[in-house]
Amino acid sequence: MKPKVCILRTAGTNCDAETDVAFQLAGAETELVHIQQLISSKINLSDYHILAIPGGFSYGDDISAGILLAVEMKHKLKETLSHFVADNKLIIGICNGFQVLVRTGLLPGIENGNINQNKEITQQTSLAMNTSARFECRWVELETQQSPCVFTSGIKPALYLPVAHAEGRFTAPSEVLEKLESNKQVVFRYGNSTKSSIDRTPYPHNPNGSDADIAGICDRTGRIFGLMPHPERYLTKWNHPRWTREHLSDEGDGLAIFKNAVNYVKVNFG
Amino acid sequence: MPSNVNEFQILNADDDELMRISREGTLSLNLKEMQTIQTHFSKLQRNPTDVELETIAQTWSEHCVHKTFKCIILYSEEGKETEKIEGLFPTYIQRATEVIDKPWCVSVFSDNAGIIEFDNTYNLVFKVETHNHPSAIEPYGGAGTGIGGVIRDSLGTGLGAKPILNTDIFCFGLPDMPYDELPKGTLHPKRVFKGVVSGVRDYGNRMGIPTANGAILFDKGYTANPLVFCGNVGLIPRNRCDKSVEPGDLVVAVGGRTGRDGIHGATFSSAELDDTSENLGSVVQIGNPIMEKKIVDALLQARDRNLYRSITDCGAGGFSSAVGEMGAEIGAEVHLERVPLKYDGLDPWEIWLSEAQERMVIAVPPENIEALKDICEAEMVEATVLGNFTDSHRLQVFYEGEIVGDLDMDFLHRGLPQHIKEAVWQPPQHKEMSSRDSQTEDYTDDLLRLLTSPNIASKESVIRQYDHEVQGGVVIKPLVGVNNDGPSDACVTTPVIGSEKAVIVANGINPKYSDVDPYLSAASAIDEALRNIIAVGGTLEKTALLDNFCWGNPDKPDRLGELVRAAKACYDIATAYGTPFISGKDSLYNEYHDTTTGEQRAIPSTLLISAICVMSDVSKAVTMDVKLPGNLIYIVGNTYTELGGSHYYGLHGFIGNTGPVVRPKEGKLTMEALSDAINSGFVRSCHDCSEGGIGVAAAEMAFSGGYGMELNVENIPTDETITSDDFLLFSESNSRFLVEIEKQNQDAFESLMVDVPTGCLGTVTETPEFIITGLSGKRIIEGSIDILKSAWQTPLHT
Repeated sequence: MKPKVCILRTAGTNCDAETDVAFQLAGAETELVHIQQLISSKINLSDYHILAIPGGFSYGDDISAGILLAVEMKHKLKETLSHFVADNKLIIGICNGFQVLVRTGLLPGIENGNINQNKEITQQTSLAMNTSARFECRWVELETQQSPCVFTSGIKPALYLPVAHAEGRFTAPSEVLEKLESNKQVVFRYGNSTKSSIDRTPYPHNPNGSDADIAGICDRTGRIFGLMPHPERYLTKWNHPRWTREHLSDEGDGLAIFKNAVNYVKVNFG
Repeated sequence: MPSNVNEFQILNADDDELMRISREGTLSLNLKEMQTIQTHFSKLQRNPTDVELETIAQTWSEHCVHKTFKCIILYSEEGKETEKIEGLFPTYIQRATEVIDKPWCVSVFSDNAGIIEFDNTYNLVFKVETHNHPSAIEPYGGAGTGIGGVIRDSLGTGLGAKPILNTDIFCFGLPDMPYDELPKGTLHPKRVFKGVVSGVRDYGNRMGIPTANGAILFDKGYTANPLVFCGNVGLIPRNRCDKSVEPGDLVVAVGGRTGRDGIHGATFSSAELDDTSENLGSVVQIGNPIMEKKIVDALLQARDRNLYRSITDCGAGGFSSAVGEMGAEIGAEVHLERVPLKYDGLDPWEIWLSEAQERMVIAVPPENIEALKDICEAEMVEATVLGNFTDSHRLQVFYEGEIVGDLDMDFLHRGLPQHIKEAVWQPPQHKEMSSRDSQTEDYTDDLLRLLTSPNIASKESVIRQYDHEVQGGVVIKPLVGVNNDGPSDACVTTPVIGSEKAVIVANGINPKYSDVDPYLSAASAIDEALRNIIAVGGTLEKTALLDNFCWGNPDKPDRLGELVRAAKACYDIATAYGTPFISGKDSLYNEYHDTTTGEQRAIPSTLLISAICVMSDVSKAVTMDVKLPGNLIYIVGNTYTELGGSHYYGLHGFIGNTGPVVRPKEGKLTMEALSDAINSGFVRSCHDCSEGGIGVAAAEMAFSGGYGMELNVENIPTDETITSDDFLLFSESNSRFLVEIEKQNQDAFESLMVDVPTGCLGTVTETPEFIITGLSGKRIIEGSIDILKSAWQTPLHT
């Protein structure tokens, strides 16, 4: 079977085409779906195995990044989404998509214990303005963490991917951060292979000043995943900024993330 | 006649009165044009309405019709007979393209952008526009709508291209200019710089288009008149490149609502600025990139389903020029009360003229209108039927059932009187500078000062604010090297992910040489753009050019003389290299009138050449950073004593008189041989020599690659005798490259370059020291690459 991916679009989405290519290269069947088509039930999310929320500036990132799309999803697609999650299907949010998932509360989605008493998912973390106070486009090193994330299972210990955002500083109250660590929900941290100490990664290696160098997190099941870097922008070696001077494998670091998602669906829904 | 429509009383007006009407209405029509309009309406025995006169003014504006490039010019040069030029554009630009006659040129100079072939499925469109006047008054909005406008040019070419790349070139005043020297009513260059960069960043990033090429120049002459060039490359299916309009097709407006913003933009841009220009706030448009993104999303779907027959953007002149141009050969009828407005209270002529952004006009066969509306509704974009195209050969405008404008299309598009302008060229005489070899034995400090000068210094702080990775296709980035921070010569993108077919985009711009001779400046701009293409792996054979002239007031014979010189160079050099022009634009009247001193200042005569090249195999691309210690560094191409207008002379307060000449026969041989060498895989890195000559280019290669270099100037080839170290190091002669060759490929490389002047200057070293030995055998430059890099990175860091 071919896993089916719903690549969600709305006004201002702009990384949909390359996310589409990434999933196709990974062996999935893809469709670009406008959120209005889901809201009007012209298209059913339940027909898909994976929901991808690509990068961009949904609704111009007015008010703050990702918030308007998050509100729309929370209020107009609440049941659809909770069925999708309950069916053990996958969700990935990249850059603006990560911002959306954080603002819906689907990430980190901690609902046990004293963090969040009521079962309603709410926003517990944020992606705030970069400490440099501006948009930054640069390649960063990522350290893969031990986590239940299905998108990164068996992936290389270190990845190299580009970021391009103004609001990517992951931040959360200390009790939430502790919870994320103890639940092993941190999937990627910004790294620095040249650093001398193992302490915090300095700017620009941590490009936005994220707490605990966090670049990506998953929910407790590992089936919902969000990250600021763009895996869909490193699919072949030609994407790498130094392919003219380094020996690289033909496949880019980003593709494994999409392949993992496709494999998961094949194994669990095949 | 509705009460909100007025007539202009021109029938009985004398010449003074005609000019008063033109001036007070910001119509920018000259006396001859006003008289022509007067004669036309005298025959009709009525006065024109505001809708009509405004429509004519927009359509005939310099901005829209480029009269200076089409008029007859009487050009005189000292000691020569006066030459009659039947239009700069047909004589020097269009004719060059005709003579070169490349089969891969699909559409040139006719649509909103030029079109060239790409692969079996797609063509490429390319257009560069300027948005200078608005950016002077409101940098953020002016620059943002500049990029928004040029994206709509791509979308309005053929049946619509998908935007895939932005390029932006800016010219500002000096960033450290003292505030008390600022001309009255102008913004400080730093403020303009920051606003323009933010405007381009916010619009381009939101649209999801990589901004991967550009340049930023600083010169005192741009203080009151900054220049903002915005370019866009688009990808279009080969079977969507033709457009047509049939009578009966619906006139449909798609996109944003219409407000009072941007009224008179076209005519305002055709006039000089002074200290009152900042009061003209409403001439600057307001941008909304998300609206434009929605339009692109909706219209490309409609295009692929063949729902419309023609498309153009609402740019200068708004609906008046969009509908007027689309219906030029048949006629059109428009009902202004149907136009969706941002707010009430607009007079009909304001609706008609508004340059509110993010609007496209398409010609839709009536049977397709419902399908089109469905797509637009799904993408949350308004689509409104404003009227229809007719076979009346008239442009008829209605408001609430009454006719408020009724113009003969033929008069509107062909009634503009032919102008004759005078042009004079007098070569300037500047003080000459002599070599400083007798004063110094060490040029390390000169090199550091060159690297620190704002025109050469790193633009990383700006480049990083642009998303140059979106769409996943950019494979040679604007910043390259071991730490991703070296200055790339050009960008390379693969618009079809997975295909090895690539597009190279580069630019050349050299206003400093205009101080010596605009001919040299224009010729050098072409040479530089081509060098940048060649340096990353492109070929002359597959390269097309765009010309963007930014000049002072062409009604002044000396300014026009400079324009003639530059246009002549365009013809000579483009035909010699075999690289056709496919599109271009001019922005004139870039002058500042100081009302207190009465002084009149024009910008430096500035020609931007943008180049686009189709590359068949991206794996052949090279970058400018050195790769491996032990490799050899060669110079390719002759060096001459050509320091007029150079950065080295500028550093010491001189302009000089001997600017860099382009010797296209020599240059073509050099570039073709080097293309061969690069495509054969013999070249590890390649960098063109431009600002700061060999000295600066070599230093940039070294610190970008993270290795040192040991070079000797002795082997620099030259067709004359140069005995001065500084001239060898810092001359800005054209058609030269530095290349890095592995020793094992030395013989193969040299045999490919046998007909080209080449010299081996030294090697790449593991030790991070940059060392150059002079003719006397002594070291004339010695410094650590870290110090050189830091000098280059620091000035524009924030």
